Amino acid sequence: MKISEIAKILDARILVSNSNLDSRIKYGFASDLMSDVLTLDEEEIILITGLCNIQTIRTAEMANINCLLFVRNKQASEEMIELAMENDMIILQCEYSLFRTVGLLYEKGLRPVY
Amino acid sequence: MHNEFKVVEGDFANAGKASSDIKKTLKQLNIDNQKIKKIVVAVYEAEVNAIAHAYGGTIYVDIDQDKIVVVIDDVGPGIPDMDKAMTKGFSTASAKVREMGFGAGMGLPNIKNNVDELEIKTEVGVGTEVKMVVNFQ
Repeated sequence: MKISEIAKILDARILVSNSNLDSRIKYGFASDLMSDVLTLDEEEIILITGLCNIQTIRTAEMANINCLLFVRNKQASEEMIELAMENDMIILQCEYSLFRTVGLLYEKGLRPVY
Repeated sequence: MHNEFKVVEGDFANAGKASSDIKKTLKQLNIDNQKIKKIVVAVYEAEVNAIAHAYGGTIYVDIDQDKIVVVIDDVGPGIPDMDKAMTKGFSTASAKVREMGFGAGMGLPNIKNNVDELEIKTEVGVGTEVKMVVNFQ
């Protein structure tokens, strides 16, 4: 699924988009637990999370995840935006709950990791 | 190639700086991407552990043609029960650490899964030294 499609489905705002919004995402993974994210072998993932701090971006950097989505309109700090830009990440933000966000993307065909 | 980084107690804003630096260096050396990921995930978890639990320490990084050796040497409370610490789900992390998305008892098992050699020396009331080795081939 294209990142631009994901943004459209969720009526999401694009906070950082240094990379191409037409690049494709294979899997969705939703977690607020960063150690869990760090166990993933797969890449081309969108990380969907309500955890909005600098470690969320650092975790994505280490796990080679280039696309993040913050639910419930969680606000990324300037420091987070800067680090995301440095790492050519795309950050989306939507107002839906984690449950609704995941449900919508699953319904539209985004595959889970497990 | 040798490099060192300081670890400051509770300094979560800087957790991951050493791992990030290592990632950039290994990329420049054209090390395989999956290999880099394993290394930086292990070092990042260990950095978070040191910042969360220790009073301060140093990360020593040595890279040669065949391998990377990372040693995180801290002054801290030490680990009273190593078997428990290595058990998935066991954690003594504070609320602050949990707020950061860690502290679920996955750190040490995660580190073990990603490195070729893991050696932990610890003394209660003195500190802990975590040595990780990943071979490039």
